[in-house]
Amino acid sequence: MTSPGQRAGGGTVIQGVIDCDLHPHVPGVAALLPYMDDYWRHTLVERGIQVLESASYPPNAPSTVRADWRGANGQAPATVDRVQAQALDRWGAAAGILNPLFPVQLPFSRDMSAAMARAVNDWVRAEWLEKDARLRAAILLPNGVEEAVAEIERLAPDHRFVQGLVLCMGEIPLGRREWWPVHAALEKHGLPLAIHAGSAWRHPPTSVGWPSWYVEEYASNSLGFQASLASLLTEGVFGKFPNLKVVLAESGVSWLPSFLWRLTKSWKGVRFEIPWVDRPPAEIIRDHVRLTVRPFDAPEDADTVSRLLDHLRSDEMLLWATDWPHAHFEEDATVPPGLPEGLLPKIMVDNPRATYARLREGGSA
Amino acid sequence: MNLVRPIAAPGRPAAATLGLIDCDIHPRVRDLGEFRPFLSDAEWHRLATYGIHARHGFAKGYPFPKAAPLACRRDAWPPGGGPPASDLPFLQHQLLDQYGLDFGVLNPLQPSGQGDVNDGLSIALARAVNEWQLAHWVDHEPRLKASIVVPYEDGAASAAEIRRWAGDKRFCQVLLMSRTCEPLGRQRYWPIWEAAAEAGLPVGIHAFGYSGHAMTNGGWPSFYVEEVQEHATSAQAQVSSMVVEGIFERFPTLKVILIECGFGWLPSLAWRLDATWKRLKDEVPHLKRAPSEYMREHVFVSTQPIEEPERPEHLLDTMEWIGWDRILFASDYPHWDFDDPRLAIPSFIPEEKRAAIYGGNARRLFGF
Repeated sequence: MTSPGQRAGGGTVIQGVIDCDLHPHVPGVAALLPYMDDYWRHTLVERGIQVLESASYPPNAPSTVRADWRGANGQAPATVDRVQAQALDRWGAAAGILNPLFPVQLPFSRDMSAAMARAVNDWVRAEWLEKDARLRAAILLPNGVEEAVAEIERLAPDHRFVQGLVLCMGEIPLGRREWWPVHAALEKHGLPLAIHAGSAWRHPPTSVGWPSWYVEEYASNSLGFQASLASLLTEGVFGKFPNLKVVLAESGVSWLPSFLWRLTKSWKGVRFEIPWVDRPPAEIIRDHVRLTVRPFDAPEDADTVSRLLDHLRSDEMLLWATDWPHAHFEEDATVPPGLPEGLLPKIMVDNPRATYARLREGGSA
Repeated sequence: MNLVRPIAAPGRPAAATLGLIDCDIHPRVRDLGEFRPFLSDAEWHRLATYGIHARHGFAKGYPFPKAAPLACRRDAWPPGGGPPASDLPFLQHQLLDQYGLDFGVLNPLQPSGQGDVNDGLSIALARAVNEWQLAHWVDHEPRLKASIVVPYEDGAASAAEIRRWAGDKRFCQVLLMSRTCEPLGRQRYWPIWEAAAEAGLPVGIHAFGYSGHAMTNGGWPSFYVEEVQEHATSAQAQVSSMVVEGIFERFPTLKVILIECGFGWLPSLAWRLDATWKRLKDEVPHLKRAPSEYMREHVFVSTQPIEEPERPEHLLDTMEWIGWDRILFASDYPHWDFDDPRLAIPSFIPEEKRAAIYGGNARRLFGF
C-alpha cells in the first residue's frame, strides 16, 4: 500500500483519507435490468435499448480510463474488486464516494431518465455499497425535478448515500427556481449538491456553438461550472438554503479565484438587480462550495501553486479525490504536484468530513 | 521605446510616459439616418423597413436589460442632444482632452449589423459603419483610429472588407464580437484570420454579440449580472477554439486582442488546455506546441473592467502570468462601467509596467 501521505519521499502517513470522486462504471443497460420494473425491463429489451453512452466521456479516449486500469478488451473497470485493488486498498482510503456517471441525463423522456436513475442507484447499492463498507455514493438525480426529489426522498434514509449528483451542463442553470425543490430536499437531509463534469447535451458545449475537438469539449466543462456557480449565487440559492453545500467534482479548480473576483466586482456594480445577495459573492461561495482536486489545472511548481492557493483564500474548500478511473496522474501520484504537505491532512481528511455530515456518523445504514 | 511628450491634461496619469492609448471607445450614431449616405436604396429600404435582427427575439430593447440607459454613464449624454458618444466635440472634451489621450480606438457596437440573421444586411451595414467611422470621426480627429467592422458570419465577405481597407492607416484593427454563432477557430472564419494576418492588423474580439445559442452551456441565465459574468466564459471558449484548431499554427503572425472580456481567467485556461492537451495530444497532431505557448505569443487583453482581487496585490501574479507586454489600457467610454486611467490601474504596479499598459504595449502592437 502506498499512502498518499508518503509521496515525494517524505511525510507521515495520513490516516483516514477520503477519496471524494470515484466512478463506478455501469457495463451496459443489461446490468440495470434486474433493478427495473417490468414495464421498463420490457421497454428496454423490446425497443433494443442496449447501450447508453454519453459523448462527455468517449470510452476509448485516453482520459476516460487510465490505461493500466482498463480490462483485457480496453473496457472500463466495472466491479467493486477493481476499485478496491486500483484505488481504495492501493492508497489506503478509509472511505470513498462513488459518483456514477451513467448518463441518465441524456434521455429526453423524463420517465426514462427517472427509471434509469433509480436502477443505477439500486445497482450501486447492491453491487458496490453492499460489498465494501468503505464505500459511499451519490444519489444520481434524473432530469425531472419532481422525479429528482422523489429519488432523494427514496434513498436519503440510507445514510451511505451522501450527496445528490447532477452535471455541470444541464437544460437550465442550476440556480433557477425550477430547481429549488431539489435544493430544499438535499438541504433537509444534510446532503450536498454535487455538480460533476459532463453534459446533458441540451446545449452545445460552449455558448458560441460546437467545437471540433474533444480537447476543447473537455476543457469546456469548466465553463459549465462557472455558469452553474454564477446561477446558484445570483438566484439566491445560498440565502434561501443556508445549510446547502455544493461540491464541484472534476472542475479543474484553478478557474475559481478569478471567477470570484469578477463575480464580486459585477455584484458591486449591479447588485440592485439581485438584492437578495446581501454580501460579497466570494464570501458566500467560500462558505458553501467545495471542490475536488482532480484535475488541478495548474503548473507543477510549488511557487505557482502556493500563489494560486493564496488567491483562493481558504484552506477549507479543497477535497482530495483521485477521480478513478479517469486519467489525471501516473502511478501513485494521487496528490497534485505543488500542494504543500501541511495542507494534506485538511484536504484528505478534515475537509471531506466537514463537508459530508454522513461521513462523520461512521458505520453503514 | 521613445518616451512621448507628456500631454497636459487633468486626467492624464503621470505614469503614462509611453503614451496613453484607450483601446475601447464606443462611438454611436445619433440615429440610423447617419448610415443612409453609405447604403444603396435597396439596403436602406431593408434596414428601415425590417430593421436589424440579431440572433434573439428582442427587436427593441435587450435580452438582458442594462444597468443604465444604453449601458452608459449618466454624465455622458451630450448637452446638445443625441445618445452618448454620438457627438465628436463632446467626446473630445469629456474623454480625449480630459485624459490627454494620444490615441483612442473606436469599437462601434450595435447598430452595426454584426451577427445579423441576414448576411446581406450585415455585409452592407459593416461597410457603412466603416465609411461612417471615417466621415464622422477619424477624418476630423486624428487621435481616433477606426476598427474594420466585418460581417463575421460570412468569412469571405469579411475578408473582402478587410482587404478593402488594408494599408489605410486610419484603421488599426479588425473588430469582431465575442459571441459568434460557431467557435472562432472553425473553418468558416479562417478567411478573416487570413486577411487580417495578410494586412498586418490585429483582430479585436469585443465582449457581446448574440450567438443564437444559450448564453451558457447549461442554458439561459436570468440576469444581466450573469450576462456580464458569462462574457468570460464565451471568451474562454473562443480562445480554446482558436488555439486547439491551430489558428496560430496556420497564421503565425496573427495577434488577437480580447476586449472587455476580463483577463483573470486567462492563466487558468492556459493551464487547463495544457493539461488536457498533454493527455489527448493524439487527437490534435496539428498542434506543435503547448496551448499556453500560443496564447502567450498571440493573445493580448484590454484592462477594462479591471480585475479587482480581494487582496489587490494578487493582480500582480495574474498580470505576470499573462505577460506584462500583453496588457492594454481601455476605458470603455461612454459605458457605465468606464475605467478612469488614474484609478483603474493600481499604483502598486511598478511604474515602468504601468507605462507599458497605458501606452507602450498598444503602440508596439498597433504601430502607432
